[in-house]
Amino acid sequence: MISLDKLGLGKTAIIESIETDFLPLKLIEMGCLPGNEVSLLYLAPFRDPMYLKIDEAHLAIRTEVAKYIMVKPIS
Amino acid sequence: MIKTINITLIGNPNTGKTSVFNALTGLNQKVGNYPGITVEKKQGTCKLNRTTKARVLDLPGTYSLNASSMDESVVIELLLNKNDLDFPDVAVVVTDVENLKRNLLLFTQIKDLEIPTVLVINMSDQMKRKGISIDVELLEKQLNTSIVLISTRKKRGIESLKETLVKYRSISTSPILDPLTIDETYFKSLKRAFPNQSLYKLWLVITQDVNFTKLERQKVPDSAEFKTQSQSYLKKFQQRETIKRYQIINKILKETYHVNKENATDLRSRLDNILIHKFWGYVIFFVILLSIFQAIFDWSSIPMDLIDSTFVKLSEALNDYLPPGVLTNLITEGVIPGLGGIVIFIPQIAFLFFFISILEETGYMSRVVFLMDRGLRRYGLNGKSVIPLISGTACAIPAVMAARNIESWKERLITILVVPFTTCSARLPVYLILISLVIPNQRFLGISYQGLTLMGLYFLGFLMAIVSASLMNKILETSTKSYFVVEMPNYKLPLLKNVGITVWEKTRAFVVEAGKIILAISILLWVMASHGPGVNFSNAEDLVKTNAEYKNISPDELETKIASYRLEHSYIGILGKSIEPAIAPLGYDWKIGIALISSFAAREVFVGTLATIYSVGNDSQETIKNKMSAEIRPDGSPLFNLASGISLMLFYAFAMQCMSTLAIVKKETNGWKWPLIQLVAMTFIAYFAALIVYQILK
Repeated sequence: MISLDKLGLGKTAIIESIETDFLPLKLIEMGCLPGNEVSLLYLAPFRDPMYLKIDEAHLAIRTEVAKYIMVKPIS
Repeated sequence: MIKTINITLIGNPNTGKTSVFNALTGLNQKVGNYPGITVEKKQGTCKLNRTTKARVLDLPGTYSLNASSMDESVVIELLLNKNDLDFPDVAVVVTDVENLKRNLLLFTQIKDLEIPTVLVINMSDQMKRKGISIDVELLEKQLNTSIVLISTRKKRGIESLKETLVKYRSISTSPILDPLTIDETYFKSLKRAFPNQSLYKLWLVITQDVNFTKLERQKVPDSAEFKTQSQSYLKKFQQRETIKRYQIINKILKETYHVNKENATDLRSRLDNILIHKFWGYVIFFVILLSIFQAIFDWSSIPMDLIDSTFVKLSEALNDYLPPGVLTNLITEGVIPGLGGIVIFIPQIAFLFFFISILEETGYMSRVVFLMDRGLRRYGLNGKSVIPLISGTACAIPAVMAARNIESWKERLITILVVPFTTCSARLPVYLILISLVIPNQRFLGISYQGLTLMGLYFLGFLMAIVSASLMNKILETSTKSYFVVEMPNYKLPLLKNVGITVWEKTRAFVVEAGKIILAISILLWVMASHGPGVNFSNAEDLVKTNAEYKNISPDELETKIASYRLEHSYIGILGKSIEPAIAPLGYDWKIGIALISSFAAREVFVGTLATIYSVGNDSQETIKNKMSAEIRPDGSPLFNLASGISLMLFYAFAMQCMSTLAIVKKETNGWKWPLIQLVAMTFIAYFAALIVYQILK
């Protein structure tokens, strides 16, 4: 299990757990929930922000937030 | 009899909610602000059928009822306040067919408020291409509501939406989620304490950091008791609520919503591969910007010249036509040039918003935010600050307005406050004349010093914006937390109707709001320049004519001598003399003082004012320049030398000398506090920068 900011470019993972105290609720509402799939589609320079596909949503978040999402890579 | 009902449009951002609003109301809409805050309030009217009219309110886009921004607070505040004049008889939740699951989260929350809620599934024309099929009847049954499939792009479904809205009373108001399933103990005790209230509404009042009206607060007099649970405890419940809602939605969609991935085409990844490429992404963005500004300058120069000459001709014509007198002078020298000063900005504003709304509509703007966020973050700015900062090189007014796209209040405020440092087009005539006066026309390695100075001034503007942003980032406290979560929407062709309405709305807002203030100050300046105390002013003509020195000059020259004598003894001239002690250490005399004061109205007035003061009849640059370079100090050295020239340039680079910008900042921040702080701080910085440079160089 790794934190999401360590996920390789183009890789897909399953969200295992989220540190709810530090995550914006908006992110959870957009589908960032345990059990859902997350793929890292693109990275801006310096790996920040990250362009993700979480469940059905395409969104960008900063790495400081991605640290609080634990994932299990599947590909 | 005609009945009027209240309709409220609610939906996630990027669902085409505004297109639905535009399709319903057309130009019968007005945009205002919610009292006290800077969230846009869009309202309009439409006719549903022969007997029913509707007042339509377009609420700000929101992902859920758990507010994380000011925009979102507005939504909950309205939906919980039955006494609000805008409280909906029927709510319309607009969703995007492709993101139905996520959009339904908000729908289930609105439904739980026990308001009749219609579900609109927009972009239904995309279903076939994306391989989506929906069992609408079953979905209606499961969600216990009426569903309307529409496509604002293909203009389909609006009529059936109207029909459904007329029959709003038949829509069930039963809730979807039972709060007891979130946490039985907590919600049971809540129910015991307030047996007559809806549990979900109570829960919202308790958890939201929103300024509810007193009435709503009174419903939960001892809400403190239910807040005793630590913040993170309540947050856990909010998350559990979200998870519960998704479980219900997933179960419903499993039976009713199917995607056949094979039919889907992927425009997104093909475009994203280029547009947010680590190298080409930036190149493309730069090229797009360059073309936009080129277009703004090129395309608006013709209408701007036309407006300029029209207003001059209008003044002249009225001067000939109206009987001479104070009123005529006020109209031709105060009101008309004042109006011209407003109207002349319209082409630039309209073109800028035309391009910005196209970038927004296509979905490209989110990609720019993605590309630029990292670089701007450390200064307390946001990826979305790019557009205002660069628009500022044309004019700060539309740039301040463009900052509306930034959701975080703090980052938006910082952007608004630093934008006027960027070199706007009004500074250009001032810079050009000063540079030609004091910077030698020589070249170093083929690069001209004059061009280099101009480039340096542009660079200085950006630098100052960034430096002051990072300072304010450290000073400003913020009450609302802001998180950077940016949705990357699908690429779409822009809807011309939306673009047109945006351009119209923004331009109209500028003309009306900023216009009032520009007009008032122009009139004030005119009064001060055309009136003066004592005989020196009233007898200026006789005093100059009888002056032996001017015996042999032509009538034209005499005329300008009279004008400049009059200005010297007008109220504004006296003001210029009275501030001379303060500006002398900067290397300026009282005449420059007058120019400084009058260019508070707008920077470009500088050249015109000096023209009058140095009694130059026409304002062709060469003559003013010659007169300026001939101007000497009491000790015989030239007034405009390197030291005073650079000092003036720095003053114009940093000072807030634009009442139009102040007016628009007042409008955007809803009060005089920030524009006044901006005015004082920028004048302070300008004064000391000019002082230090002059004292070092002289």
